[in-house]
Amino acid sequence: MKSPATHYFHPLARSLHWSMAVLIIAMLFIGVGMVASVSPHHAWLVALHKPLGIALLGLAMLRLIVRLTHSTPPLPTDLPGWQKLAAKLSHYLLYVLMFAQPLVGWAMLSAGGYPIMLGSSLQLPPLLAQNIQSYALLRPTHTWLAYLFFATILVHAAAGLFHGLIRRDGVFTSMTGSRH
Amino acid sequence: MTDSNRTGFGNTAARLLTIGGLISAVASAFAWTAGWLDPTRLTPQRLIDQVEHNIGVHAGYRRAHAKGMCVTGYFEGNGQASAYSRASVFTAERIPVLGRFATANGNPHSTDDSVPVRSLALRFDLPDGQQWRTAMNAIAVAPFATPQTFYDQAVASRPDPATGKPDPAVMQAFFDAHPDTLPFRTWIKSFTPSSSWANGTYNGLDAFRLLNAQGNSQAVRWSMVSELPYAPLADTDKTDPDFLHRDLQRRLNQGELRFHLILTLAAASDPTNNATLAWPAERQQIDAGTLVLQQAISQDEGACRDVNYDPTILPDGIATSDDPLLGARSAVYSESFNRRTFENASASTSTRP
Ligand code: HEM
Ligand code: HEM
Ligand code: HEM
Repeated sequence: MKSPATHYFHPLARSLHWSMAVLIIAMLFIGVGMVASVSPHHAWLVALHKPLGIALLGLAMLRLIVRLTHSTPPLPTDLPGWQKLAAKLSHYLLYVLMFAQPLVGWAMLSAGGYPIMLGSSLQLPPLLAQNIQSYALLRPTHTWLAYLFFATILVHAAAGLFHGLIRRDGVFTSMTGSRH
Repeated sequence: MTDSNRTGFGNTAARLLTIGGLISAVASAFAWTAGWLDPTRLTPQRLIDQVEHNIGVHAGYRRAHAKGMCVTGYFEGNGQASAYSRASVFTAERIPVLGRFATANGNPHSTDDSVPVRSLALRFDLPDGQQWRTAMNAIAVAPFATPQTFYDQAVASRPDPATGKPDPAVMQAFFDAHPDTLPFRTWIKSFTPSSSWANGTYNGLDAFRLLNAQGNSQAVRWSMVSELPYAPLADTDKTDPDFLHRDLQRRLNQGELRFHLILTLAAASDPTNNATLAWPAERQQIDAGTLVLQQAISQDEGACRDVNYDPTILPDGIATSDDPLLGARSAVYSESFNRRTFENASASTSTRP
C-alpha cells in the first residue's frame, strides 16, 4: 500500500497537519480562556470547544490512517541520532495527545454526569458512568495533558523552524510542500 | 559584536532569535489568555477564592447555597408551551426530576433562617437523553446584574475581624457604586420569607429564549409556583435550626407537593440582559406543566449532591439569552462543582458507591 519514498509528505498528510495544527492551537487557547472567564464569551466558547474537540478526534483517526498507509520522507542522513530519536518520540507523543485529549474531555464530562451536547440537539452517549472518583481524576488530567500538549507543540514548532530557517535541510519543506 | 558575527554567524543568530521570539510570543499569548499575567482579571477561580475567604472552606459543599436537601419526583407538561418551544419537556409526558431545595448561605452548618433567600434547583431528564437544569431563587429580582457586582459585594462584605460582621461604611460605599443592587434592596425591605420550602415561589430570574419548531425565538423567564398558599415565616418556626428540612420531610411523608411551571413571555421592549429589572406584571404567562415532588433525601446521601445545576445546560428548544449572569454562572458553578467534587472524591472513597 505504501507509496515510494519522496521528499514530501503526502498532500493529504500536509493539509491534515496544518489544518489540525491551527485547530488544536485554537482549542488550547479556547480551553484556558473559557475556564478563566466569567464574561458572556464563556458560554459560546464552551459551545464551540466540545464539537470542535470531537471533530479533532475524527480528524486524528483519519490522520493516523493516512500516516499508516503512506510512506513518510526520510530525515536527513546527517541529522544526529538523538535528534532523529527526539523527532520520532515527539511525533508519537503528539499522536497520543491528539487522541487522548479529546477522549479525556468526553470521558470527564461523562464521569461528571453532564449531558454531552455538541450543538443544540446533537448529543454523544457517555463514555463511562457518572462517578466522582473518575471525574476527580479525569478533570485535572484534561488540564495537565493540555499543558503537556502545548509545551510539546512549542518544542516541535521550534525544531521545525530550526530545520526550516537554520539547517534548511528539506525537513520543513517536506511538510510545507514548497521547494525552497 | 565582532566582525565574524556580521557574516554567517550573525545571520544564524538573527534567525535563532526569530525562532525564540516567535515561540515566546505564542507562549506569552497563552499565559495571557489563561489569565496568568493579569491578577486583576475577574476569573471564576478568583471569585470562588473570595467567597472562601469570607466564609471559609467547607470541604465537599457547594460554595453557595451550601445547606439543602435532595428531592425527587416528576414533571408533566401539558403541551401549552409547545407553540413556543419544541423542547420535549413541554409535551404531555412524565419526565423524572432530581431537585434540590436550599438556603442561599455558603455555610452548610448555618441555621435555616440565617438568610431570607431560599432556592430550588431542578434537573429534568428528558427521554432522549437531553437535560434541562435550572437553579431558581425565591426572590423577585436578581440582587445584581453582573458577576463584577457579585464579586465586589463579596469583597465589601468580608467580615470585619473586630465585629465578625461586614463594615457598614464599606457596604454603603459598595451600594453607592453599584446601582444595579437597588431594585433588589428595595424589594427585600418588604419581603418576609415563606414558612416552608413547600409554599414558596422560585424564580429563574435570568432571561432565556424559547425556540419552536419553526425556529422562532421568544424571550422568556420562568418560575416554579407552589399550589400551596404563601404563609409568612413565624418566629416560632425559627426555634429549630433545621426547620425547613424537618418541615419538608414531614410534608412529603404525608403526600406529594405540587408546583406549576409558569413561563412569562417578554415583549420586545423588555430587558433580557439585566436580571435585576422585573418585566411588567401584565405580560402573558403560560402554565406549562406540573412538578410533582415525592421524596426528600438528605444532601449527603441523595444524588443531587453530585449535580452541577448549571443554568446553561438546556435541551433543544430552550437557549440562553444575552443575560451576562448566565455565562458567569456557568463558569463559576463549574469551578465550585470541581472543588467540592474533588474534595468529596478524596474524602469518601469508601462511604459512597
Ligand atoms: C498542534 C500542532 C501540531 C501538531 C499536533 C503537529 C504534529 C506533527 C506530527 C505528528 C508530525 C509527524 C508527521 C505526521 O504524521 O503528520 C509533524 C511533522 C512536522 N511538523 Fe508538526 N505539528 C504541529 C504544529 C506544527 C507547527 C506549528 C510547525 C511549524 C513550524 C510544524 C512543523 C512540522 C514539520 C516541519 C514536520 C515534518 C517533520 C519531519 O519530517 O519529521 N508542526 N507534526
Ligand atoms: C484537541 C482537543 C482538546 C483540547 C486541546 C482541549 C483543551 C482544553 C483546555 C486547555 C481546557 C482548559 C483546562 C483548564 O485550564 O483547566 C479545556 C477545558 C475543557 N474541555 Fe477541552 N480540550 C479538547 C477536547 C475536549 C472535548 C472533546 C471535550 C468534550 C466533549 C472537552 C470539554 C472541555 C470542558 C467541558 C472544559 C471545561 C471544564 C470545566 O469547566 O471544568 N474538551 N479543554
Ligand atoms: C454571577 C452571579 C452568581 C454567582 C457568582 C453565583 C454563585 C453560585 C455558586 C458558586 C453556587 C454553587 C454551585 C455548585 O457548587 O453547584 C451557586 C448555586 C446556586 N445559585 Fe448562584 N450565583 C449567581 C447568580 C445566581 C442567580 C441570578 C440565581 C437565581 C436565579 C442563582 C441561583 C442559585 C441557586 C438556586 C443555586 C443552588 C443550586 C443547587 O441547589 O445546587 N444564582 N451560585
